[in-house]
Amino acid sequence: MSTTNPPMPEIQLEPGALRHLAEAQVNVELDTGDMILNLGPQHPATHGTLRLVVRLDGERVISADPVIGYMHRGYEKLTEYRTYPQVTTLINRIDWLSSFANEVPFVDAAERLMDVEAPPRAQYIRTILTELSRIATFYLFLGEMALQVGALTPAFYSFRDREYVLNLIEAATGGRFHPNFNRIGGLKDDLPWGWISEARAAMAKILDGCDEFEDLVVGNEIFQARTRSIGIVGGELGAAYGMSGSNLRASGVDWDLRRDGRPYLVYPELDFKVWTHTDGDSYARYWVRLQETRESARMVLQALDQIPSGPIRAKVPLIIKVPAGEAWSETENPLGQMGYYVFSKGATGPFRVKIRSASFSNVSILPWLLRGAYVPDVITILASLYFILGDIDR
Amino acid sequence: MPDGAPAEPEAATLDPAQSEILATLEAELGEGVIEHTDALGNLVVRVRPEAWRRSAEVAKAMLGCDYLSFVAGIDWLPAPAPGGDDDAGVEPSAPVQPTEMTFGAAGSEGRFQVFAHVQSTARHHGVTLKTDVDEAKPLAESWVSVYPGADWHERECWEMFGIGFDGHPSLRHLFLPGDFEGHPLRKDFPLLAREVKPWPGLVDVEAMPEPDPEPEPGAVP
Repeated sequence: MSTTNPPMPEIQLEPGALRHLAEAQVNVELDTGDMILNLGPQHPATHGTLRLVVRLDGERVISADPVIGYMHRGYEKLTEYRTYPQVTTLINRIDWLSSFANEVPFVDAAERLMDVEAPPRAQYIRTILTELSRIATFYLFLGEMALQVGALTPAFYSFRDREYVLNLIEAATGGRFHPNFNRIGGLKDDLPWGWISEARAAMAKILDGCDEFEDLVVGNEIFQARTRSIGIVGGELGAAYGMSGSNLRASGVDWDLRRDGRPYLVYPELDFKVWTHTDGDSYARYWVRLQETRESARMVLQALDQIPSGPIRAKVPLIIKVPAGEAWSETENPLGQMGYYVFSKGATGPFRVKIRSASFSNVSILPWLLRGAYVPDVITILASLYFILGDIDR
Repeated sequence: MPDGAPAEPEAATLDPAQSEILATLEAELGEGVIEHTDALGNLVVRVRPEAWRRSAEVAKAMLGCDYLSFVAGIDWLPAPAPGGDDDAGVEPSAPVQPTEMTFGAAGSEGRFQVFAHVQSTARHHGVTLKTDVDEAKPLAESWVSVYPGADWHERECWEMFGIGFDGHPSLRHLFLPGDFEGHPLRKDFPLLAREVKPWPGLVDVEAMPEPDPEPEPGAVP
């Protein structure tokens, strides 16, 4: 077997040809053309089936068009065919990382229409479980966002510590992700024996974990270089786009429905700080969520100290009929403002439910926000906005 | 007007912040404001279709409502009876809606309405605005020029209800595939799963191996 290559053909160049070639590369603007890049619908960096059609000029994004709907399950239609207690099963699946928090505004709307109020102990347990959902949701973010910019370690820490919270939710409700624990007028069950001391111990671990993230991620030079001044949103524009929650607070808007909205659950009884950041960039969004995780753990501890004894369910008829009327109920969910506009015609099921989910509006700013960003920063921006596909597509 | 909730006795119970919002809207829109009511602490103001975009401008500029929560539509057509017209075999626990057309807070002129909620992040108030949409020519004014976030909400409303938005940059499908026909959230659009099987709760009952000897099958433990 011969191992030698055939001889190279000799190329004859005119004298001066090489000089022209060099000139062509230096002085002539080459038409590179735009490139269209499809991010998703199946890609680990998109947190689900979000597809982004990005038009690129080199490494820069000229335009981005999010294509959503791959997970559209038609919940607004399905609610019209279900009774009120059945609807809570559905809405657990909107934002599946904080399912318990999803149930609260809907149940609140139905209770207000029926003029029923859950007893104080139920309100406290709801508050505690809502804040636990917030911690679980944000903990995933704290690890995952670091993962998206290239740090692997925080993801393991976050999944480890998140487990403490999920165990608590599971112990109280029976479900790690979909508790379906709210009932109109109260809760399904009381807390199990020993839960409160377990929760105190878990919150101490969460507070420690937050300090760890502060050192490991927020103080990290590489993390700051990857996130600072990336994806800046102004507060005014963010609000006009309907951006809410931590994303808006990271843009300097001091607005938290737990403090500023119509009073709900036991938030007026709790002492907490609303964290804001003035930068509006990816770093600010991370920082605000980290502080809010800590604040939530403190709120859980406060609520555990104050929790009264008593019944966990108000007296409601066995077959729930909600009087005719309409109610708008909104809460501060981990991802932002979650609201239900419930129209009732006096039947056992709602006539129409408008589900206002946070991620939908948070993501609708992407075409504006991604314009001019570099490709690696697209991933950073997507991660820092922190959306759940079920919360976009409903 | 066949209105479920009478607006007159509640109109007097507006709190000061709500009265101020209403006064500003009435001063700016004049005849544009048709009706208002307080729906469980939430001010609902119904405006004329011609004043729809103007109401958003007033809300944003003069009421400080910088935050757009949502824009959505509603179809007031009575819901179809579960399981079709023959009422034999319909599970009584399936929700049955009234068969006559009634309207919600602040009323409506016809079948379709568009409603939206805007809020102020600084002054912590909010208002729900509603407007009627003509069934024969379902078209409302777009809010995109006032609130850029209305873009996706209006696209959703267009594909789900078939309500067009005058002035929207590009009304195209958002959730549904591009070649989808029909408007799923209209009440006359059937939910096929329910056409095939009227009430899935029935399955659980049928699957039980044999009835309990207990005399009360309807009793809940």
